[in-house]
Amino acid sequence: MSTLKTEEMTLNMGPQHPSTHGVLRFVIKADGEVMREAIPDVGYLHRSIEKIAEKVGYHGFMPYTDRVDYVCAMFTNQGWGMASEKLGGIEVPRRGEYCRVIAAEFNRIASHLLSVGTMAMDIGANTPFTHAIREREMINDLIEELCGARLTFNYMRIGGVGWDLPPGWREKALAYLDHLDPILDEYNSLISFNKIYIERLIHVGVISAEDAINYNLVGPNLRASGVKWDIRRDIPYSVYPELDFEVPVGSGEFGTLGDSMDRYMVRIREMKESVKILCQALKQIPDGAVLAKVPRNFRPPAGECQVRVESARGDMGWYAVSDGTGYPWRVHVRTGSFAAMGIVQKLSRGLMIADLVALIASLDVIAPEIDR
Amino acid sequence: MQQLADHLIASGLFGAHPPRDLIYALIIFVLCLVVFMGIAFPFAAIVTWVERRVWARIQSRVGPNRVGPNGFLQWLADGVKLACKEDIIPNQADPRLFKAAPYLVMIAYVLPWAVVPFSSDLILADLNVGILYMTAVTALTVVGVLMAGWASNDKWSLIGGIRSAAQIVSYEIPAGLSIFPVVLITGTLSMQGIIRAQGWAPNNWFLFNNPFTFAAASILFISALAEGNRTPFDLPEAESELVAGYVTEYSGLRYLFFFMAEWGALFIIGAIVTALFLGGWQFPHLSHSRVVMNVLQLITFNVKVLSVVFLSMWIRATLPRVRIDQLMSLCWKYFVPMSFINLIGTALWVAIWPDGNPVAGYIMAVLAFVVLVIFLRRVIYYLRKSRMEIYVSPVI
Amino acid sequence: MARWPPDARVDALSIYAKAADRFAGKVLEVSDAKLDPWMVVEPAAIVEVCGFLKDDPATAMDCLSNQSGVDYRDRIEVVYHLFSYRHRHSAILKVKLPRDNPSVPTLEELWKSANWMEREIFDLLGVNFEHHSDLRRLLMPEDWPGYPLRKDFVEPLEYHGISTTRESPIIRLDAKKK
Repeated sequence: MSTLKTEEMTLNMGPQHPSTHGVLRFVIKADGEVMREAIPDVGYLHRSIEKIAEKVGYHGFMPYTDRVDYVCAMFTNQGWGMASEKLGGIEVPRRGEYCRVIAAEFNRIASHLLSVGTMAMDIGANTPFTHAIREREMINDLIEELCGARLTFNYMRIGGVGWDLPPGWREKALAYLDHLDPILDEYNSLISFNKIYIERLIHVGVISAEDAINYNLVGPNLRASGVKWDIRRDIPYSVYPELDFEVPVGSGEFGTLGDSMDRYMVRIREMKESVKILCQALKQIPDGAVLAKVPRNFRPPAGECQVRVESARGDMGWYAVSDGTGYPWRVHVRTGSFAAMGIVQKLSRGLMIADLVALIASLDVIAPEIDR
Repeated sequence: MQQLADHLIASGLFGAHPPRDLIYALIIFVLCLVVFMGIAFPFAAIVTWVERRVWARIQSRVGPNRVGPNGFLQWLADGVKLACKEDIIPNQADPRLFKAAPYLVMIAYVLPWAVVPFSSDLILADLNVGILYMTAVTALTVVGVLMAGWASNDKWSLIGGIRSAAQIVSYEIPAGLSIFPVVLITGTLSMQGIIRAQGWAPNNWFLFNNPFTFAAASILFISALAEGNRTPFDLPEAESELVAGYVTEYSGLRYLFFFMAEWGALFIIGAIVTALFLGGWQFPHLSHSRVVMNVLQLITFNVKVLSVVFLSMWIRATLPRVRIDQLMSLCWKYFVPMSFINLIGTALWVAIWPDGNPVAGYIMAVLAFVVLVIFLRRVIYYLRKSRMEIYVSPVI
Repeated sequence: MARWPPDARVDALSIYAKAADRFAGKVLEVSDAKLDPWMVVEPAAIVEVCGFLKDDPATAMDCLSNQSGVDYRDRIEVVYHLFSYRHRHSAILKVKLPRDNPSVPTLEELWKSANWMEREIFDLLGVNFEHHSDLRRLLMPEDWPGYPLRKDFVEPLEYHGISTTRESPIIRLDAKKK
C-alpha cells in the first residue's frame, strides 16, 4: 500500500459540533479514517474568571465559581468556600458540612448521569441519554427545592451553606434514592453490557497508571487506570471521614486496564457509591446552624493556601493568595478536564475518528473547566 | 397489468382502433403515479411520524403531539417547512452533481416499488426477475450518495459519502447471497412466484423451512438495515461525528429527498423480508370473490411489512452504532461466510428433500412461537415494572 | 473532622530541609507560613531540585499537581505544587522572576502535565519557559497583544476591528432623559 500516493487530510472538528462537550476544536490530521494526530485548540470559553476574582471579592466570587464547571457547580462552590475558610481560619458548623456533602453528592450523581448519557449518545444510542436525563431532572427538582437553581446553584457560602434543608426535603431525597438504585441496574442492562457498546469502547485510549499520574489525570480517569486514589478517602475533608463508602477502581475486565470502558464503568459504580453516601449523610445529619458568622467585608490575613476538592471530574486544586484586603490577590483553579485535554493529543495517534469522539466522551471533558 | 390493459381496450373504452402501445404506456404511467404518489411518498412521510412516536415512547418521552391529532400532521409541517427553506449551494461545490445527487437517490428509492407484491393481483410489474431487479436497483443509491459526498466540497461529507458507499456495496453481498436459498427452493426469481410457493400458515413460510433459511433471513434483514443506513449501521449520518455526513450541506427540498428515500426504504426492506421469508400476502382461502381475497391479502401484506418496519425502529432506538472497521469486518469476515454456508446448506436440504420437509417447518414454527411468547412475557413484565412508584414533584 | 492532614505541614517542612541540605546554594528561602509553607528555589536550578524530589524514594513526588503564576507588582512568581501518590505528602516550590523578562526552564521532561500548565502561564502572564516543546498561547487567540493576568494589563480597545467595550444601556437611557 505504500506505493499508493495518498494525501493526509486536515480536518477541523470545529468549535460547533454536536459531540464535543462544550466549545472545543480539534485539528485532525487524518489518513482516511485513521488519525495521525488530533491537536486540541481550546480557549473558546475563556472568560478570565481568575482575573474577575480579583475584582469582585471573596463573597462575590461564589456565583462565578458555578460557571467554572456548570455541570458540577456544587464542587466548585465547595472548593472556593474551603479555600477562603482556610485562608481566614473559619470553621464551618457540622450541619453546614453535612449540607455541603449532601448537595455535593447529589451533584456528583447528576454530573455522572449526564456524562454517561452523553457518552452513550455519542456512541449512537439515544435511549440511555433520555433515561439518564429523566433521572437527572428529578435531582434537579430536588436541588431546585433546596437552593432555587437547577444548574448554577450558588448554594454554598464562605462559612457554610446559604439555606438549610427545607422541611420534608429529607424524606423526598431518601425516596428518590430508593428509586434510583434499581434504575442504575436497569441502565446497566440497557447499555453497559451491550456487545456493540463494549466493542466500541474497549482498547480505546488506554492510559497506564504511570502515564495517568505523570499527566496529572484525576478523578474517575485516574481511578480507571488502576490508581486507587480519592481525595475524599485519602486527604479527607469536610465530614467524609464519618461516612463509609468504597472507591471504585478500573479493573480492565472488559478490555485493557485504563481504556474507555473502564472510565465509563468507574463512573457508573461511583454513582452507586454516592447513593450510599447520601443515604448515610441524610440519616446522620445533626441539628444546628448551617452558616458560620463571617463578616460582610471578609478580610483574611495575608497568605496563601491550596485546597483540593474531589469533584465529579476529579480533584480540583484551588490555589488562593490573599494580601490582607477584601479582594483576593490571585485565584487559580486547576481542574480535571484541563489535565485530561493535555493527554488527548498523545492518545489520539493511531485512533480512528469515531474513537476520538468516544475518547473525549470517556474522559468527561467539559469545556468551561478547561478555559475558565 | 397487460391483461388489465387488454381488457380495457377490448371493452371499447378507447375507441375502435386505439394505438395499443400508447394505451399501455398511459395505463402504466397512471398506475405508477398511483403507486408512487399514493403509496411510496406518503408512506415515506408518515413513517417519520410513526418513527418519532415509537422512538419517543421507548425513550420515556412523548414525541410530536402538537400538530394535528397526536401530532399526526407533523410530517406535513416538516415537509412544508423544508420546502420553504432557502436553497443553499456551497460556493465551491460542483453545482450539477450537487443538484443531481438527491434525484439519483430518489430514483433508487422509487424503482423497487415496481415489483412490490401487495396482493396476488396488485403488483405493478410482475417481472420474472423480480427479486434480482430489486437488489440491482437498490444499489443505485451508491452513486447518488457518492455524488452528494463529493459535490458538497466538504471533507466531512466526503468521509460520510465514502463510508456509506463502502457500506452499501459491501452489504449487497450477504443480502444477495441470502436471497439465493429462497430462489433455490422455489426455482424462480419472480416475487409472486416466491410468495405462491409459500403458504399462509407460519410453518409454510420460508423462514421456518429449514434452519439455513432462518439464518439467511436474519442475515438478509441485518444486511438490508445496513444498506439502508439504519442504526446500528448509521455511520454515514453519525450525528455525533459528522454532523450529518453526506447530507450536511443540503437544505430544504434536497434534504427532504434524501430523507424520504431513507425512511421509505424501510418499507422496501420490510417488503423484501416479508415476500421472501414471511409468506408475503398469503391468506387462507376464505372467500371465492377475487376482490375480497385481494383486500385480505393486501391487509396481511401490510401488517407483516409494518411489523418488520416496527422492528427496525425498535432496533434503531436501542442499539449504539458500530465503527466502520467493525462494520466491514462484520460483513466480510462473518456475514459472507455465513451466507455461503446457508446457501450450501439449503442446497443440500433441497437435494435431500426435493419436495420440502414439513416436519422441520412445524418444529421450527413451534419453537419460534414459544420463544416469542417468552419474549412477550418479559417485555410486559418490564413494562409493568418500570412504571414510576414515586414522583418527586417540583416546588414551582 | 479532619479537614486536611494535620501533619502535612510537618511533612512539607522536613522535605524542604532535606532539599536545602542537598542543594545548599540553590534553595534560597524556606518559609514558615502557618497554612502551607513553601520553599523558594533559584530559577536555573529548578529542574535539578524537582528532579531530585521526583527521583528520591523518600520524597517520590510523582505528580505536578498544580502550577500557577502570580504577579506581585515587583516580581512574578511561578508556584509549583508537587504531590506524591506514594507517600501522600506534598511540597510547594516557588521561583521568583523579574518582571521584564521572566524566564525559567521547563519541567516538561519530568512531568508531562507541565506542558499545558506552562503554556497557560506563558499565555496569561508572559513567563518564558526555556526548552518547552511547544510554547504558544493556549487560551487567548494567537495574536493577542499583552498578557491578561498581569496587574498592569490594559485591555486593548479593539481586536481585529471588534470593539471590546460596550456602551452601557443604562447610561444611554440617562442621556435620553436629559
